Amino acid sequence: MTFDLSIITANAGAIWNAFLVTIYTWLAGSVLGLMAGLLIAALMLFGGRPLQLLLRVFIELVRGTPFLVILFLVYYGGPSFGLRLGAMTAGVLCIAFYSSVYFAEIFRSGFAAVPRGQLEAGECLGLGRLQLLWRVQLPQMLVLILPAIFNMLTILCKETAVLSIITVPELTAVLTGIGTRTFTFIETLLVLCIAYLLLIEITSRAGRWLEHRVGIYLQR
Amino acid sequence: MFDWPTFLFSLPLLGKALLITLQTSLLGNAFGFVIAILISSMQLAKMPLLRRLGGSYIFIFRGVPLLVQLLVIYYLAPMFGLPNLSPMVAAVMALSLCSGAYIAEILRGGLMAIPSGQSEAAHLLGMSRPAILLRIELPQAVQSTLPSLVNELVLLIKASALVSVVGLADLTRVAQNLASSDYLFFQHYLVLAGIYCLINIPLTMFGRRLERHLERSLA
Repeated sequence: MTFDLSIITANAGAIWNAFLVTIYTWLAGSVLGLMAGLLIAALMLFGGRPLQLLLRVFIELVRGTPFLVILFLVYYGGPSFGLRLGAMTAGVLCIAFYSSVYFAEIFRSGFAAVPRGQLEAGECLGLGRLQLLWRVQLPQMLVLILPAIFNMLTILCKETAVLSIITVPELTAVLTGIGTRTFTFIETLLVLCIAYLLLIEITSRAGRWLEHRVGIYLQR
Repeated sequence: MFDWPTFLFSLPLLGKALLITLQTSLLGNAFGFVIAILISSMQLAKMPLLRRLGGSYIFIFRGVPLLVQLLVIYYLAPMFGLPNLSPMVAAVMALSLCSGAYIAEILRGGLMAIPSGQSEAAHLLGMSRPAILLRIELPQAVQSTLPSLVNELVLLIKASALVSVVGLADLTRVAQNLASSDYLFFQHYLVLAGIYCLINIPLTMFGRRLERHLERSLA
C-alpha cells in the first residue's frame, strides 16, 4: 500500500474538467429546478382544485422515487418515446426534474408564511395579483426560505455523483476511472471526498452569509 | 405499450429483490440509529475533544455523497485487511455510517429540547450517566423526533437504490438486469419507480400523521 499523489497531478487537467462538469450539472440543474419549482408552487396556489390535486399526486410520486431510478427512466427509458438525450443533458434535466418538486414544496411553505394581512393591505392599495406576488410575497418569502433552499442545493450537489452511473464525465466518474485504471484507489478517493466536502462547505457558508445579509431587516 | 406477460413474469423476481432492498435499508437504519446515539451524545458531551470528534463525523458523512462512501468502502476495505467484503455487508456498512450522521443531527435536536432538570434529578436518584441517556433522555428524544426519523427512513430506502452499484441484487439491480435482457427499459423502470412509491408514499403519509398527532398532543 503506497500513497503517491503524483497520479493526481499527472491527471490534473482531466480532474479539473470533471470538476467543472460537476459544477455545471449541479448549478444548471438547480437553476432549472428552482424555476420549475416556482412555477409548480404558483400553479398550486392559483390553479383550481383539480390542478392542485394533480400536482399534489405528481409531487408525491416524484418524491417517492429514488433519483437513480428517475435517471434510468429518462436516460434509458426515454428512447422508447423518441426522447434521445446525451448523458449530460439527461443529467441536468433529471436534477431539474427531481429538485423541482422539493423546491415547489419549499416555495409553497414560504408563500404560506407571509401574513395574510399584508395581502389584504396590498389589495386595498390597488395592487394586482401579479404585483402582489412579485412585490409583496416573493421578496419576503425568499428571506424565509433561504436556509431550506441552500440545504436543498447541498443535497443536489451530492446527487450529481449519481450521474456517474449514466456515464456523465463528472468528478466521481473520472476519479474512480483513474483509480481503476492505475489501481490508485486511496489517492483518487481521498481527492474525491475532499472535493465534495469543499463544495458542500463553501455552499453552506455562502448560505449562512446570505441568510445573515438579507435577514438584517428582520432584526430591526 | 405495456407488456403484461413480461410484467407478470418479473413480479416474483422483483418481490425477492424487494426483500433485499428492505433488508438493507432496515438494517442500515437500525445500525445507523446505534451510531447516531453514540455520535449525538458525543456532541452533547462536556469534553471538547469528544464534541469535536462527533462534529467531524457528521461533517464528513453528511458532506460526502453516499455513492462515494459506498465506493470508498468497496474499494478500500480489501486494502485494509477486509478481503471479500460481501456486497450486502458493504452496503449495510455504508448505509448505516451515512444514516448515522443524519439521524444524529435529528436526535441531537430532540436531546437538547429536554429540560436539564430531568437529568439532574435522575443523577440525584443515583442513576449513572449511560442509564440517564438510555432510559430517560433517549425515549423522550425519539418520541419528539419520530416524524423526522420516519422521514429519514424514507430517504434511506430511496438512497438504498445506490447499493445496486456494488453488485447487490436489490430492486434497482434486478430491474436493470430485467431491462437489459429484453430491452423493455421504460416498462421495467416504470414498475421499479412504482414499487418504490408503493413503499415510500404510505410511509411519508404515516410520518405526516405522526407529526399532526404530536402537534396536537403538545398543544
